Amino acid sequence: MKIIACIKQVPDSEAKVKAEDGKVSWGDAPLVINPFDEYAVEGALQQREAQGGTVTALCIGPESAKEALKHALAMGADDAILISDTALSEIDTAGAARVLAAAIQKIGGVDMVVFGRQTLDNGAGLTPAQAARILGWPMLGLAGQIKIQDGSVTVDRVIEEGRQTVSAKLPAVVSVVQSIGEPRYPSFMGIRKASKATIPVWSLADLGAAAPEAVVRRTELMSPPPQDTTIEIITGDSPAEIADKLVDKILAEKVL
Amino acid sequence: MKTFVYIDHFKGEMQPASWEALGLGKSLGPVSAVVFGSGLDEIIKSAFEYGADEVFAADDPSLADYRAEPYASTLAALASSQSPDLILFPTTARTRELAAMAAVDLNTGVLTDISGLEAEGDQLVATRPIYEGKLLEKTVCSGKPIMATIRARAFPKPEPDGSRSGIATKVEVKADALTTVEGYSASESAVNLGDAGVIVSGGRGVSNNPTLQPPDGMDEKQAELWRAQQGFALITELANVLGGAVGASRAAVDAGYIPYSHQVGQTGKVVTPDLYIACGISGAVQHLVGMRNAKLVVAINKDADAPIFKQARYGVVGDLFQIVPALTEAFKKKLGK
Repeated sequence: MKIIACIKQVPDSEAKVKAEDGKVSWGDAPLVINPFDEYAVEGALQQREAQGGTVTALCIGPESAKEALKHALAMGADDAILISDTALSEIDTAGAARVLAAAIQKIGGVDMVVFGRQTLDNGAGLTPAQAARILGWPMLGLAGQIKIQDGSVTVDRVIEEGRQTVSAKLPAVVSVVQSIGEPRYPSFMGIRKASKATIPVWSLADLGAAAPEAVVRRTELMSPPPQDTTIEIITGDSPAEIADKLVDKILAEKVL
Repeated sequence: MKTFVYIDHFKGEMQPASWEALGLGKSLGPVSAVVFGSGLDEIIKSAFEYGADEVFAADDPSLADYRAEPYASTLAALASSQSPDLILFPTTARTRELAAMAAVDLNTGVLTDISGLEAEGDQLVATRPIYEGKLLEKTVCSGKPIMATIRARAFPKPEPDGSRSGIATKVEVKADALTTVEGYSASESAVNLGDAGVIVSGGRGVSNNPTLQPPDGMDEKQAELWRAQQGFALITELANVLGGAVGASRAAVDAGYIPYSHQVGQTGKVVTPDLYIACGISGAVQHLVGMRNAKLVVAINKDADAPIFKQARYGVVGDLFQIVPALTEAFKKKLGK
């Protein structure tokens, strides 16, 4: 089994993200592997353990995104590839999908590509399905469980209405959700291996790909309207009295 | 402006935001509903009643189960032949995939989870949250058709008009499925947090009722799960009185108290109810990003320093096992139920 885990680097969830001069700023908060993509790496590693084979972590980003790839290596990925090119700084999801698909074709012989459900920054969640479409491979989205047998992959898809079991022939693209299992912590051995790893960097020229033109563009960046954060603590002599007061307050807000 | 609205359903069960999308489309000009599946008469009828001027239907047994590939191909072919300027979708697990794939075929783009859409000059500008709602962006799509998935409850739902009716136009089905649907199981408690006007959520604290004595013969973990069940039963009662849905924190889901489909937060659902009542939830950042856009937040927690209180309009520092049932009773009384 040759498995690819696609990851992205994003500002940490705890970061105070702000709009500054029309650009996104996260101060000195660290950049980390997209939390949803940790589940992708975990899902890929689970299948390697069950089936044998290799897991390659793949990422589009600047040189500094090697740190996110190193996290995947420390978790247990066999190798990592960074796709980096100045022409890729303003791409949209379809552009990213095209570049990833080109890299997956270049790697060759890939059985399964695993994505996280979405990224923490853009949050569109379109790239996995777009990569599948460009590759012409089946898309199995939002998998909470993956099983591979006889050249087919079966997933339990977690959707609004419940769980749907869907199968397809490999090669296939899978996106995973949290139910796949808690991402493993990097081991000491893994961290040592990752720190010594040389991560190849591919440019668009290496992929033989043209710079994708963005169809979706941001025209303005805004901070959400400030929220009223004053809190009123409701007290009383008994739960019934507190409940009574609280219900009156809630009803007075006319939200029901 | 020629607008298509994709009506999303699961086995005939509607995603209500489909009608909100139809209402939004209607505000921009003539609107055609697009519906795929098998046995669609009811949905087609509703689509006309909710304001569709025209309905395109691919009603075929091969489309009975949603599958990304044939749905995307059928939609892309329809869009190629009809040339709409805009295709709107409700944001669901299915439409993100479907729109993503059809956009590849049509060489256009998708604006996801939008909460606003305005004409500025000759272009349509959408507003959407990014960075988990910490920022908003205005965004445009230079391809055609523009595709956009709308956030549930962000746009008004139109009133159906029973006097409206029509005949659906048949759509040619593209059968190029690459996947097989093997089975389906409804979640033990089907939940659609995105559409809920009221959400009552429980956290790790729901299993901490010391007054409960678990049945004999349970080990420690079984006893904890049993306690959690009793706790969530109280939360469910309150949610039911308010006609709302039951949510949960990641801690409660990870502990096995309640299925993942109930999870509110970064790795679960981002929700925007009118009323959000957090019970026994401390308020980790990962949870707060999922509910901070609720109109009114009420927090009940025994720890006065819990971060959830920083996000709440009203708070009760106390025992949820006493406060929640008391709230249920008080709402029953005052709402006349």
